Amino acid sequence: MEGENRQSGLQAYWRANKILIAILLVIWALVSHVFAIFLARPLYGIEVGHLPMSFWWAQQGSMVVFVILIFVYALVMDRLDEKYDVHEDRPVRRNRPGGGAE
Amino acid sequence: MSVEVWTYILVGVTFAAYLYIGYLNRVRDTGGFYVAGRGVPAIFNGAAVGADWMSAASFISMAGLISFMGYDGTVYLMGWTGGYVLLALLLAPYLRKYGKYTIPDFVGDRYYSTTARIVAAIAAIFVSLTYVAGQMRGVGIVFSRFLNVNITVGVIIGMAIVSFFAVLGGMKGITWTQVAQYSVLIVAYLIPAVAIAWVLTGNPIPQLSFTFSDIVDRLNQIQTDLGFTEYTQPFSAKPMLDVFCITMALMAGTAGLPHILVRFYTVPSVRSARYSAAWALLFIALLYTTAPALAAFARYNLIDSLNGKTIEEVHQLKWVQSWETTGLLGFEDKNGDGKLELSPDPAKSEMTIDRDIIVLSTPEVARLAPWVVGLVAAGGLAAALSTAAGLLLVISSSIAHDIYARLINPEASEARRLLVGRVMIFLAVVVAGVFGIYPPGFVAQVVAFAFGFAAASFFPVILLGIFDSRTNRAGAIWGMVVGLGFTAFYIIGNKYFGMPTFLWGISAEGIGTVGMVLNLIVTFVVSRMTEPPPIEIRRMVEEVRVPRGAGAVVEH
Repeated sequence: MEGENRQSGLQAYWRANKILIAILLVIWALVSHVFAIFLARPLYGIEVGHLPMSFWWAQQGSMVVFVILIFVYALVMDRLDEKYDVHEDRPVRRNRPGGGAE
Repeated sequence: MSVEVWTYILVGVTFAAYLYIGYLNRVRDTGGFYVAGRGVPAIFNGAAVGADWMSAASFISMAGLISFMGYDGTVYLMGWTGGYVLLALLLAPYLRKYGKYTIPDFVGDRYYSTTARIVAAIAAIFVSLTYVAGQMRGVGIVFSRFLNVNITVGVIIGMAIVSFFAVLGGMKGITWTQVAQYSVLIVAYLIPAVAIAWVLTGNPIPQLSFTFSDIVDRLNQIQTDLGFTEYTQPFSAKPMLDVFCITMALMAGTAGLPHILVRFYTVPSVRSARYSAAWALLFIALLYTTAPALAAFARYNLIDSLNGKTIEEVHQLKWVQSWETTGLLGFEDKNGDGKLELSPDPAKSEMTIDRDIIVLSTPEVARLAPWVVGLVAAGGLAAALSTAAGLLLVISSSIAHDIYARLINPEASEARRLLVGRVMIFLAVVVAGVFGIYPPGFVAQVVAFAFGFAAASFFPVILLGIFDSRTNRAGAIWGMVVGLGFTAFYIIGNKYFGMPTFLWGISAEGIGTVGMVLNLIVTFVVSRMTEPPPIEIRRMVEEVRVPRGAGAVVEH
């Protein structure tokens, strides 16, 4: 029975991971493909600072959101790893700059 | 001191630093040579990915390209950053868990097929070789413009430096020099951008002055006055569907490039693979959000300081003189009124300008101190050398590890494998250098298509390999054949045989998106029509999805 619990735990972990990925990728597509490309003309009239909004998404905003998305993924996955007990032991750093040949 | 003396000093000091770091990080085993002993902390791997990623093209050409394309320049900005989201969420952590040496390793193991491994190795070599030739060319151009040495000599100096730390230190030497190179290139990019932002708008932070000052309004105004469309007008260069397809192809291609993917084998854990992708994109975004600001500033400054002036006035500007002699900047008073006039119509416009000037001339146009000009030269060299080194390692490992050690001589000893790795990386440097000195005409075009090919092959194959355990050998092979075949047919037909862009006008640059979709569909359908993969492959897939145990493979 131990093994079966473990198995269903892993499946739940993978499902949670896929849901998180789906949410983040929807945001990813929204700020890049939708706001900056498909809605480029409708959003052109709205201003962010002195820039048309679609132009701002295209050349500034989307990239800022991309960075945030990856950090959020890493942080939430830390929690999921712990919750489903699949996290790694703390890694040992073996190789530092200037460490010379091993 | 003159610009030239400063350039010699700064280039000399940075080169000495790279050599010293390379010497400190020499290695004695294949684990160190191919994956830096898997001991690179997340934030440093992030910086190394940044340097690996940002090439001579990102550093020198991208802002110029954007300043000529306006809104549509976003295909490069979003395409080359958005791919990191796909990479971080869909590929990097699982590849780290799988934890071997190369991308063909994964493809070969997951699809239990030597053919798949060889195809992947050849594709990796092809993509990396075309890409590296452009880097060596970039090295030569920086040398010839800033140090007045001949391009051939410049390329040879660059080859000597790269081969020193790459042959001696493999991935470990490359990684730590890339960390140093990232620092050099980002400082060299930001200083002139901050200075020109300050001069034009009074706000020193380029991203903020781009958004909140009226500089873009002013630029739009002079553009319309001269008869151009507004700078911020979308789809003035390309139709919407094409902008979408190019962006998507660059995103998926970025996520599928082997020299970026292998970097995630070098970190100690799955967790650090996730964080290093985040750091990498942060470091990259620092340059990529500055580039569009610089593009707009430089364009405004250029039009403002040249248009309507008399030809004599223009010739008194010092930076105009030095760039005019390179042939990259030219003037011709076509209507004979003694004044310089710009126009969207090339037949009437009285100035010709090469877009590569934009970044390289900014310090001079903004009248910055001579050491800044030298720093930009050192930054351009750092960008080119770091990218070249990462690519060379992929070429070397594809030949020495995937082909030699796996197929030709599986019995080879550790020492012999390491030796073959070193010899291959040296040969790759020489080949890249020859391409740099005698650039074949096709290189520039092929580099752009490397992304389309990566999008139509590596990205779907690795993605389904992780997320769909039912995907089998037949599915993957047919998917790649159809995806690559269609993409290659469309690109070659369109570029070399005048075939019209029959698919809704999608350009050759964007067709990789269609190739990718075809690959995904074919792989999915064929996999379900044929036998499921063996049980041990399904176990392997379950295994890579779970972080625990990644440390266990460290001692391969």
